[in-house]
Amino acid sequence: MARSLQLSLTVNGEAVELSCAGYKTLLEVLREDLGLTGTKHGCELGECGACAVLIDGTPQLSCLVLAAECEGRAVETVEGLSRGAELHPLQAAFADLGAAQCGYCTPGILMTAKALLDNERMPDRERIKEAVSGNLCRCTGYQQIFEAIEEAARRLEHESHR
Amino acid sequence: MKRALSPAETPQVGRSLPRLESWLKVTGRAEYVHNLRLPGMLYGRIFRSSVAHGRIRRLDVSAAQAVGGVHRVVSAADLKGIVPDPYYGPAFHDQPVLAVDKVRYVGEPVAVVLAADPHVAEEAAHLIVAEYEELPAVYDELEAMTSKAIVHDALKPAGTFPDLKHLKGRTGTNVALDFHLRRGDAAQALAAADRVFEHRFRTQQVMHTPLEPLVSVAESTDSSLTIHTASQSPSFVRIEVARLLGWPENRIRVRVPFLGGGFGAKLYIKLEALVAVLSLLTRRAVKISLTMEEQFFTITKHASSFRIKSGVTRDGRICARECEVWWNGGAYADIGPRVTQKSGFTAAGPYDIEHVAIDSYALYTNLPPAGALRGFGIPQLVWAYECHTDMMARELGIDPIEFRRRNLLRDGRPQATGTLMRDAAIEKVLDRLAVLLEWNRPFDRGTGVVRRGRGIAIGFKACVSPTTSLAAVNVNGDGSCIVYCSTVDMGQGSDTAMAQIAGEVLHLPAETVRVVHSDTDVTPYDMATLGSRSLFHMGNAVKLAAEDALKKLNQLKSELQMPPDAAIPEIFKKKYGMQAGNVVGTGSFIPSYAPPDYATGLTSDATPFWMVGGSGVEIEVDTETGRVRVARLVNVADVGTPINPKIVETQLSGAAIMQLGFTLFEKMLFDEHGQLRNASLAEYKIPGFLDMPEEIINEAVSAEQRSGPFGAKGVGETGTFGVSPAIANAIHDAVGVRLTVLPLNPESIFMELQKAK
Repeated sequence: MARSLQLSLTVNGEAVELSCAGYKTLLEVLREDLGLTGTKHGCELGECGACAVLIDGTPQLSCLVLAAECEGRAVETVEGLSRGAELHPLQAAFADLGAAQCGYCTPGILMTAKALLDNERMPDRERIKEAVSGNLCRCTGYQQIFEAIEEAARRLEHESHR
Repeated sequence: MKRALSPAETPQVGRSLPRLESWLKVTGRAEYVHNLRLPGMLYGRIFRSSVAHGRIRRLDVSAAQAVGGVHRVVSAADLKGIVPDPYYGPAFHDQPVLAVDKVRYVGEPVAVVLAADPHVAEEAAHLIVAEYEELPAVYDELEAMTSKAIVHDALKPAGTFPDLKHLKGRTGTNVALDFHLRRGDAAQALAAADRVFEHRFRTQQVMHTPLEPLVSVAESTDSSLTIHTASQSPSFVRIEVARLLGWPENRIRVRVPFLGGGFGAKLYIKLEALVAVLSLLTRRAVKISLTMEEQFFTITKHASSFRIKSGVTRDGRICARECEVWWNGGAYADIGPRVTQKSGFTAAGPYDIEHVAIDSYALYTNLPPAGALRGFGIPQLVWAYECHTDMMARELGIDPIEFRRRNLLRDGRPQATGTLMRDAAIEKVLDRLAVLLEWNRPFDRGTGVVRRGRGIAIGFKACVSPTTSLAAVNVNGDGSCIVYCSTVDMGQGSDTAMAQIAGEVLHLPAETVRVVHSDTDVTPYDMATLGSRSLFHMGNAVKLAAEDALKKLNQLKSELQMPPDAAIPEIFKKKYGMQAGNVVGTGSFIPSYAPPDYATGLTSDATPFWMVGGSGVEIEVDTETGRVRVARLVNVADVGTPINPKIVETQLSGAAIMQLGFTLFEKMLFDEHGQLRNASLAEYKIPGFLDMPEEIINEAVSAEQRSGPFGAKGVGETGTFGVSPAIANAIHDAVGVRLTVLPLNPESIFMELQKAK
């Protein structure tokens, strides 16, 4: 059995200290060591996008990242997306427009879309397609996901003008 | 939420209410079995067969057992004390919990390593050594009809379905069901027809790929067992595990939270029997979660072959049709024999044909088992009969929509079984397709390398019958309401629909109605969440239960001499002197049914309702690469009167895009030894954001299913029916080549274009 590693990182804005086996992926550490089961495991081979989280603001597939690589870095998961009791506009738009069906791909797509909207105010559909093309969904047929991301962009834009 | 519940001001049925569990899903808090960890839990890792058909000569688990941290390695021999006859299945008791003496496909579970650390279990599983005496194998469904390679030595029907009983003990055959329908005299009518057309079609083996892979957890005591499982059929799991163990049902509890997609993959027994016996063997909680790769070795959709022959009169009327369908069921029957019969009797399509002969065969082969996948065989049939319809129309020089219209099966007319069509808006669906596609307008056919074409297809399905649903509706002392039902919400929005139905009856906003998830200790029996049956069957049961609760409340009112408009909390307060008590309404629903005659397949009551779906496409074909781009996809369906129009729309588009994958690229590729070569999402491509058609239109025609709850019926599968043949018909329209084998990938289109040059 591999030796344990000591790690310090930030998860959803909170400092976390933990020790874990060196072979563990960030996905495993989030779900098993930290109890953050919002991030989903789908294929665990980097093909489906269900495990996407943000590391220092960039979407990454947490099944392909070793926890050891996250020393000193800031990780954001779906659990950190809400602003207190209020949903993030992406979450609210996904709920309102039926973009979450079985819900299994939803956290990964939300985080990937957050990275996009953090950097671009009103991306067009081609840009959205490109940004989320690494995330698979087997239920929705994608239509509602596009619509929800566009709606969230509008709501964020509206917020910024308030 | 406010404590006092005011009566709903607007009708609850017909509201496009967002899914009630949306908040849980967008915050990552929805409960899935994958999130479950129990104290002392062991993780199981399955060791699988590497040969397609063989006798197990030696199984050496010593190296695996010796790995530090391995609790135990288990094979079939270890299970005998717990399950004397370890074979399960809904149609045949043919599938062993772990392989006994023989393996029948590459990927079949042979042994399980149990360890507290899943990494240890995985590492140890690689150290198991098995030696097999290889036996001749058969992979193709047509070859399986006559092959000397026999997958099962003797057939073992489960006893549930009367039309399988005659197969008991049969040897020397791979046929797991032969269904025959004879209406009129097809052979004679074909001989007398003005024109006769005969074509053959094939569909490929594909997989559901729910993004949440199959997962089950079992925990046990000396006298009880709890299974937490991602299952679409908790009641069946309980019945079947109880049968295997020889236990009464009340000692087994099956709990199902949300599912991360199902599509038919999570039906009947998958991992449940295995985790149950492992838990009883080790006296520990045991969890097995499959990898995406392992899902391909667990359940798939039938590959199929279809020979169809039609006789047509001079005025373009189809007068006779012969259909022969062969379903590749893989090594274990699963629900394949039902697919063979229930879909089989619709193989002649939604057309009014006087003389029909159908032969539909379920076949065992040495491939991963096939079962139900979003359509229960219907998409395979529509693929063939709607390509065939277009091919005939073009040969006859009749517009494809006009040719269909001339032959449509209209309400009140007998379907091939003799059952009269009722509430099936086939003509409306066809009409709306034509309108939405602007069929009569001039169409830009493209020039140069890129050619454009368009095509349509329509299909229909008979909902599986007879099946039962029970529900209970509990009204609490404060007037709030809880629905107990075993329908599993796997993303289709059933919780929301059931809340809307109960709310409509009880005059409560659907948002305030709580729906309890499947738990066989709590929620009543339901056949399963499959085949678009739940909204109709469970919807009716929930409606009856809510009406029963309302009736009991009204009785209380009159007993207590309260005015008719008395609020519910006041009734309880008067009855019990405080806020106390509750009223439970119950409902059970089983539609009428008459089984088909064994010899002729005829019946006067084949199904409780018909589903009708059609698709139309406009596509572009790149003649240099064979690539198809779908510019426009129109899906039209008869779903009765929608309970929730928005959810109906998402079900139609989701189903159609799933079928787009089965049409354009998905295919399980096997080598000559039955070894699957592309068991990962990197090599087995499902539709992604970049594969979306530029425009999608989904429409539910104005319709009513009079026997459904508030006029509604199922919708989960309808969007799949027409997609594949509509695209093949459009490819022919664009570039003049006819593809008869799915998928319609660039390679196959390019090859056909080369041949046509």
